[in-house]
Parts: sequence; C-alpha cells; structure tokens
Amino acid sequence: MPTTENSRTLHAMKVRYRSPSHPLSLLAKATPASKVCMGLLLLFVILAVFAPVIAPHSPSAQKLLYRLRPPVGMERAVSGYILGTDELGRDILSRCLYALRVSMGLAFLGSLIGAFIGGGLGLLSGLGGKWADTAIMGFVDAQIAIPFTLIAVFIVAVAGSGLHVLVAVLGIAYWEQYARLIRAQTLGLKESLFVTASRSMGAGSLRVALSHIAPNVVSPLIVMFTLNFSNIVLLESTLSFLGLGVQPPTASLGSMIGQGRDYMADAWWLVASPSFFVVAIALVILLLGDWLREALDVKTS
Amino acid sequence: MAVYILVKFIKAGITLWLILTLAFFASRVSGNAIDFIMPEGGTAEAKAALTRYYGLDASWGTQYLAYFGKLLRGEMGTSFHFRQPVAELYAGRFPATLRLCGLSMLLSFAVAVPLGILAAIRRKAFSGFLIQAGAFLGYAVPNFVLAILLLLVFSFHFRIFPSGGSDTWRHYVMPVAALSSTLIASLVRFSRSAMLDVLSQDYIRTARAKGVSEFSVISIHGLRNALITVVTVVGLQVAGLVSGAVVVESVFSWPGMGELLVFAAIKRDYPLLQSGVVLVGSVVILINFIVDIAYAVIDPAIGKGA
Repeated sequence: MPTTENSRTLHAMKVRYRSPSHPLSLLAKATPASKVCMGLLLLFVILAVFAPVIAPHSPSAQKLLYRLRPPVGMERAVSGYILGTDELGRDILSRCLYALRVSMGLAFLGSLIGAFIGGGLGLLSGLGGKWADTAIMGFVDAQIAIPFTLIAVFIVAVAGSGLHVLVAVLGIAYWEQYARLIRAQTLGLKESLFVTASRSMGAGSLRVALSHIAPNVVSPLIVMFTLNFSNIVLLESTLSFLGLGVQPPTASLGSMIGQGRDYMADAWWLVASPSFFVVAIALVILLLGDWLREALDVKTS
Repeated sequence: MAVYILVKFIKAGITLWLILTLAFFASRVSGNAIDFIMPEGGTAEAKAALTRYYGLDASWGTQYLAYFGKLLRGEMGTSFHFRQPVAELYAGRFPATLRLCGLSMLLSFAVAVPLGILAAIRRKAFSGFLIQAGAFLGYAVPNFVLAILLLLVFSFHFRIFPSGGSDTWRHYVMPVAALSSTLIASLVRFSRSAMLDVLSQDYIRTARAKGVSEFSVISIHGLRNALITVVTVVGLQVAGLVSGAVVVESVFSWPGMGELLVFAAIKRDYPLLQSGVVLVGSVVILINFIVDIAYAVIDPAIGKGA
C-alpha cells in the first residue's frame, strides 16, 4: 500500500559473500529494542495460534442487547467485553484475536509464495541466459511501474474475492523485489572463483544454484522476507478495508476497520482496536527486519 | 543520450503494452460480464443483443485488435453502471487526483528532507532518535488507518475539517496528510542514510580539515550531494503514491480517479475498471519516463552509461 507498496522497499541489496551465520550467534547480537520486538512478535503469534482458546467469546456470537457497547471502564460498558462490542453485539477482543490469525496467516502464505516465485525467477534470470533475463526483467520493470493497488483491485474484481485469490494477490505483490535481489546476487556469485571452480569440475546450473548460490543468499533473503512480511500485512489490511479482501463472516483486521467505519462517528472502539493491532504487527516486524539487516550485515544501497 | 532516451522509450512502450494486454485478457477470462449488467429475469435474446452491442460476441483475437484500434482513437468504451463514456468520466476526475498527489509530493519533500538531514546530523542525539522512531512509525501506519484516525479526531470529535469532498482548502488537509505520511516516512529514512553516506566521504573530511564552517560543510558539501540520491528515489515513489491515493480517495470520498476505480472494482464495471487501470498505469509510466529523461539531463554520466 499501502500503501503498502512496491516502491516501499526499494533498496537494492549489494552482493555479499559470506557463509550464513548460526541463528544463535544472531541472538547474541540482539539489542534491547530487538528483544522487545521478538517478545512482542512471539506474543502475537501465540495470540493468533491459540485464538480459539484465548478468546472469551465466539467471534460470531451476537448479543443484540449489547450492541455498540464501549470498552471496559467507560459508561455503558458490559463486563466480560474488555474491548467493547460491535454493531451486532459481537465481542471485539475475540474478533480481533481471530482476525489476527487470519491476517498473519494470509501474510505469511503470501510472503512465502512471493519469495518462491521471485526467488525462482531471479535465479532463472541470473543463470538462464539472455532471453530469460530480458523477459523476466521486463515483467519486473512493468510491476515496478504500475501502482500495485491497481493490480490488486483489478485481479480481485476479475477473479472474485475468495481467500485463494487474496493469497495469490499477496503472493505476487512483492515478487519482483526477490527477483531483483536474487538476480543481482546470482550475477555476482556466478563470476566468483568457487563457482568457476565448481563449473570446471563439471557442475551444471542446477548444482551451482543449489549448492553455491542458495546458501549465499540466505541472509539477504531472510531480511527481505521480514521487511516484506510487514508490507504484506499492510497490503492485506488495505485490500480488506476496501472490501476487496477477506469477506464476511470471516474477519481480518482490515475488514473490521472497513466495516467499523460506518459506525465510528459514535463508536470509535470499533476501528481503534483492529487499527492498533495492524500498526503494532507491522511496526514490530519492520523493526525486526531492520535489526536483522544490521545483525546479518546485509548492505543496502 | 539519444540512445539512452530511445532505450527508455522502448522500455516504457513494452511496459504499457504489457499492461494493456494483461488488462484485456484478465477481464475476459473471468466469465461473462454481461451477467453483471443484465437485469434480473432478462431473456436469452436480450442477453445476446447486449453481448452483440458491447462487441463481446467476436473472437478474442478480433476483440483484441478492436480494443487497440479504439484506444488509439481515444475511445475507451461505455461504463456499465453510469452509461457514460469512460473517457469522460475519468477526464473529469483526473485533476482532483493530480492535485492530491502533487500536493502530497511537495509536502513530503519539504518535510522529509530537512528532517532526514537533521536526523543524520543529530544521529546520536535524542532528536535524531525521535525522528528515526517517527519515521518507522509513519511507515508502519497504513494510509487508511491514519485517514480513519484523522477523521475520528478532526471531523467527528473537534469538527474542524470536513470528512469528504474537495471544495475548500479545509477539504485538502486530511487527505493530503493521510497520503503523505508513508512517503514522508520513507523519504526521511532515505535522506538520512544518503546524508550519513555523504558525511562519511573523504571530501567532507577534507572540507572540515580546511576549516570550512560546519554549516557550509553540511549545506554546500553535504546537502547537495545527498539531494542527488534523494531525487533519484522520488521518481520511484510515484507508483506508491498513486497506490495510496486510491485508498485515501475512497476514504474521504475524494472525487478522483482512485475512488472511481474502487467503485468500478466493487460494482464489476469492467470497461470502467479496465480503462482506469490502463489510464493510471500510463500516466505513471509517462511520469517515470520524464523523470528518467530529467536525470539524464541533470547528470550526463547516466545518459552515457546506458
């Protein structure tokens, strides 16, 4: 979009040659802020995974007597509904927990798909010869030039607003960044001595890709995955907010804000809690990505 | 230089062709658009007549050629919903989007560059940390959340700014602010890192060693070189800005192209949607092309490189 956008992570990463560091050595480099972020991320994951256990109510249980009640501590609040209720008397906390599950799950799937498509095409672009490179880079340029919200809106309108369509849209949202990253790394590594040596001993493109290129791109890939995850959370929430993402009765954080919009003049809590969750997740993961970039020493230019 | 412009031109052309083709095929694989505009209980004959009327009975190849022919003549079809030429609908809405995006771009640049440079100079001070933290937060708050927050505070609570429309300057404040926030956040981070990069260069040390005042070091040696990097990045932000505008317009009922696009998507008004995507895409490609040429003019080294 938001805004969440193609141009958001436009750092092209420089080629680096290093063996991937051990995960535990990473933890030793953790700053206090990054520890807080890791803790919060763990909390969000636990909340999302165990939403059915933690949620005090069913996310779809309606109590029409308790419509539009404010959070606990305010006038007219109902005990047991900590964050208040929505226009149908559903518990906002429970809905937020389930929405968290939906939003994070979708974003994770989308990020994985993007990494696989983009990474694969990037490898192909770097190793597959001139024509493959030209064709793939043509699509990369096209995707950079077009505002992604347009593509997303278009696809959803055409293919319908099912969950599988949404996952596909999130998956292709940032593939071109992975493609550019992996291509640049591959082109650099291709000329390196160890690849030349391996080639001279008869290794084919596939072997070079798997045993020499792949291990060397792990660090920048992790950094990019983390930063993109944050962007995809924002993109999913934007699409769902516009009514083009997750459809009722399923709720994601974005669609809760989108539906709460009609009542927010009188009931601000309908939009406040899901908004808080969206920003909190995006921020925590963004900060983690930024820390990872420094800790793994991935240079950006 | 001429070769560079030609290469950029061909690239822009290919991108445009890709958009047009994808837009054409995507809106045809999705089943019969006629089903969406047929009134309930329509007869098969009426449906066939409508299909013929919109030219949807011909083969895809014929339709594809006809589509390009019409585009060249500036005909973009008729909206299913408004029963009005699509070109007219968008033409009326283009200026509003341009104003919104233009103002946001200006505001972002004016706010972000000084803040980014301050953050670089005061890197270790509290003010530097604060700017950096603000930039991260601004980046993590999606446009629509900020838009909703602004609406809650300034429209519903304090009743200072109107919640929709674009008539007076008051209507501009919230949409421009909501659209700019992400751009400001990323430009702050860019100008900060560009400035830090420049300040670590040898020529800055030389300037300092010569006894040049700190102000001159920053403004003459530092700022001018950092700005080159920042300006390069701004062109790439246009696509993101337009993406944001689509969302912001639909929150504030801003009478621009984005709002119409979202409406077209929800109503499945294919001619409207398809032309909108093509139009906005073309404008963004055109802007990127102009920016590319501008770089070549400013920095001759770029033109020779290609």
